[in-house]
Formats: sequence, structure tokens, C-alpha cells
Amino acid sequence: MLKRSWKRVLADGTATGLIWGAALLTVGVLLFIVAYILFQGLPHIDWPFITDVYRPGLGQEGILPMIISTLYLIGVALLIAVPVGVLAAIYLAEYAKEGPVLQVIRFATESLAGIPSIIYGLFGYAFFVTAIKLRMSILAGSLTVALMIIPIIVRTTEEALRAVPRSYREGSLALGASQLTTIRRVVLPTAIGGILTSVILSVGRIVGETAAVIYTMGSAVAIPRGIASSGRSLSVHLYFLAKEGTSVEQSHAAAAVLLILVALINMLANVTARKYRVRGGSAR
Amino acid sequence: MWPVRKLTERVTAALFLTCAGIAVLAVALISLFIFLRGGPVIAEIGLGKFLFGTTWQPSADIYGIWPMIVASILSGLMAVTLGAAIGLLTAVFLVEIATGPWQSLLRPAIDLLAGVPSVVYGFFGLTTVVPLIRVLFGGPGNSLLAAVIILTIMVLPTITSIAVEALKAVPNDYREASLALGATKMQTIFRVLFPAARPGILAGVLLGTGRAIGETMAVLLVAGNRPRLPSSLIDPVRTLTGNIAYEMAYASGMHQDALFATGVVLFIFIMLLNLLVRFVVRERREN
Repeated sequence: MLKRSWKRVLADGTATGLIWGAALLTVGVLLFIVAYILFQGLPHIDWPFITDVYRPGLGQEGILPMIISTLYLIGVALLIAVPVGVLAAIYLAEYAKEGPVLQVIRFATESLAGIPSIIYGLFGYAFFVTAIKLRMSILAGSLTVALMIIPIIVRTTEEALRAVPRSYREGSLALGASQLTTIRRVVLPTAIGGILTSVILSVGRIVGETAAVIYTMGSAVAIPRGIASSGRSLSVHLYFLAKEGTSVEQSHAAAAVLLILVALINMLANVTARKYRVRGGSAR
Repeated sequence: MWPVRKLTERVTAALFLTCAGIAVLAVALISLFIFLRGGPVIAEIGLGKFLFGTTWQPSADIYGIWPMIVASILSGLMAVTLGAAIGLLTAVFLVEIATGPWQSLLRPAIDLLAGVPSVVYGFFGLTTVVPLIRVLFGGPGNSLLAAVIILTIMVLPTITSIAVEALKAVPNDYREASLALGATKMQTIFRVLFPAARPGILAGVLLGTGRAIGETMAVLLVAGNRPRLPSSLIDPVRTLTGNIAYEMAYASGMHQDALFATGVVLFIFIMLLNLLVRFVVRERREN
């Protein structure tokens, strides 16, 4: 008996140690990555780096064009994906009845979320760039990325819509409002926090996306002249800097900018979710 | 007034359905275009030769992707095994052990780890892990091992957060009953909670596998991109994703089609994993 309990203490101690070890390792890895990127990158971020165009031969090595391209990408992709995603979520939460149609739509939405970025990149290249002749452009990149974020928007919005109490809808309908009016005036305003959260999460996803945009949006380093021209997003820029290895300082700085952006977007999503009491989700 | 209102209702309902249908259309189009571009070239090369050929030499029109398949599976499985071990224990820590301050440190940490762009992971790996491997074990540093390490870090948040949900869903009665029977906390965790949360944990591990096999930019930067079978952990490798991303930059003609064919293989892998996840999740719902 005594021997067994001694064994038990040992086993328990080992297990506790392993659990603590794993948790500390997770925190440690994150802290190391963040600290490394920031310490290496922050010293090289200065005003010209943010506001200069990119002409490496002429001593201008700023990321302004990449910032503008990334903003274009975010704007156009959201413009396409938010309406589609929100309306799709309304259908799923308010109209759909259990059955084969709903199953197919759910399966498709889940599949979209699971498809790797590089497959999106291939598809975007074959379809948007080549088949419908958009060439490598911000529009082609945005359309590709829009498909990737639709599942995020649908999932989070649908959850928010479902969280709206039934009594709200019944109250509105009992007052004689149509289903559409009820959705527009009662359900959507109540679920706005969830929709906002999904949009912010999507922005985070777009900012970090590389494989899907590199062959759809291209990698032109000039400031884009509209959605028909090619543009290089920040993450694509970091890829080229890292791959070519020509300027260590610039790549460190670009990595730090990306990390800071993503961390800010993450915080914003958390704050929004907390403010509206949305069940928090992750973009990935 | 009434008919107009009714018509509006009908039209908007149809619009909502159309938007929901776009996801279906997208999946159909993606499958169609990948298979349309990749399928014929597989037929031309021969399925066996394409899948199991060990030579990838586009300049001679020799396309065998076996080394990439092996690299993708090896790096994915190793990373998921490591990531699952660390992730599960971290999840247990979060759900069963951590108190306030630890919770508020670890949760945002996992969220942020999940949000870091893959190209940043790749850059981090390239500037820290790769040189470390070069110094410690020799070789170029860009290697299967480097890919495994970076992928482990990347699947960690996925597995952890899904395992957290699964553990939280275990009713408290289970814990109390186990403790009341005289089991220690650890016995309760390993003998009662893990089995009870198994389907959820399994779904997390499968999703993590999909993420690891589909990951592109990070692996591209650290794996070394040599399309040959590795003989050790420190050999450079090229994954299926890396093959596509690396060569799309300059490929044309049959070479480009062969990259789409690589995409077909990757796509089928991922779809099978997704189906498996659905199966596991359904099993959980039924239990």
C-alpha cells in the first residue's frame, strides 16, 4: 500500500511537471518569437522605411507601395466578401431548414476553410488571372482572398445571429413587421458585434496571406494605380526580402511591421468581441 | 402594397440563398480548375510514374513527385505528433490547472501564435532555426528538421485551442465522480478527461495535420527545396506545397501543368482529411 502510493506520487509529479513544462514551452516559444522579431526589426523601422517608395538601386527602400497594395487588397476583398458572407449567414441562420441543401452549403463552407492557401493561389491564377483575363492584378488577388475569408465571415456572423434571442424576432413579428424588416431592424443590429469581429479577423487573415496572392496579385513594387494593376503586399514583400537575402535589415524591419500589425488587429478583434460579448474565434 | 411586400420578401430570400450558394460554387470551381489543368498531364505522364517517380526534372520533362509526397507526409506527421503532445498538455494546463494570471498570459499568447503570418514564421525559422541546425548538426541547415520545428510551432495553437474546447465540454460530474472515487487530479485528467474528450481532440489533431500539410510559405523558406528523397532529418527537402510555390514563378507549358497536377494531389489529401474531420465530429455529436 505504502509502495503504491509512493509510485502514485511520483506519477502525479511527473504528469504535473510535463503539463507545466508544455505550458511554459508554449509561452516561451511565443515570447522568443515576438522578442526576436521586435528586437531585430524595430531598430530598422524609421520614417523613410514607412513612407518611401521602393527603388533599391536609388537608395529608396521604403514599404509605402506595399502598404498601399495591402490596403487595396483588404478594401476590395472586404467589399466583395462581407456582403456575400453576411447574406449567406442570414440565409443559414434565418431561412434555411435542415435538409440536403443546407448540408451541401455547410460542407462547402467548411471545405473552403480547409483548403490551403497555395491551392487558392493556383485556382486564382488559373481562373481570375488566366481564364477571365484579369491578369496579375489587385482585383484578381482580392477576388481570390475574398473566397478565403467568406467562411470566416459566414461562421462568425451565423453564430452571432443565432445568439440573438428568439423572443426579439417573435416580438417584432408580432408587431406586424415582415421577416425582412425583422432581420434588418432587430436581428442584424443585435448581431453587429459578431459581424464586426468577423471582419477584423478577416483583415488579420488578409494581411498575413502570401501564397494565395503571390501569383494572383503579382509582385510589382510600384505604387498601384488602381485595382487593375499588379501590386506587392507586405507579406509577399517579406517573402522576397527573406528569399533573396539581400538586405537583412529590411527583412527584419518588414517582419516586425507585419507582426505588429497582426498583433494590433488581434487585439482589436478581442476588444470588439468582448465589448459585444461575442464568442471569441480565431482567424485560422 | 401587400403583393409588393411579398415580392420583396421572395426576392431577398432568393438573394440570401444565392450568397450562401457562392461557397458551393467556389468549391466546385476550385476543384474544376485544379483538376482541369492538372488532370490531363497526370494522364499523359501516367498516374504511377507521376506519384511514385523519384525524379523531378522539368528541364527534361520528367515529373515524379514521390520525394515531395514523402516530405509532406513526414514533416506533417512529425510536426503534428510533437504539436499534439505539447498542445494537449498546454490545453490541460489551461482548463484544469491554470489560475487567473496564467490564463490571462497563455490565452492571448495562443491567439497571437495562431495569428502570426506564415511568412513571418518562415522568416523567423530562416534566421534562427536554420543557422542553429547548421551549427549543431552540419549540412545546409535548410532541412526536414527545420520544417518540422516550424510546423510544430504553427500547429500548436490549432491543436491547443480545439483541445481546450473539447476538455471544457466534458461535464463536471466526470471530474467530481473520479475525484470522489479517490483518483488524483492527474489520474482524473489522463484516465477520465482525455478519453471523454477524445473525438474533439482527434478532430483538432486532424485539422492540425491538414494545416501542416497545406502550409506553404514557412516551409518554403526553411525546408531547402531540394526535390530528392531525404536520407536524414538534416537533409533539405521539398514539400508538395513548396514545389508549387517555388516553381510557379517561372514555369510554363507542361511544367506549369505538372505544378497543377501537384496541386491535385495536395487537394485530394486535404479533402480526405476534411472528410475524416467531419466523420469524427459527427461521431462526437452522436455520442
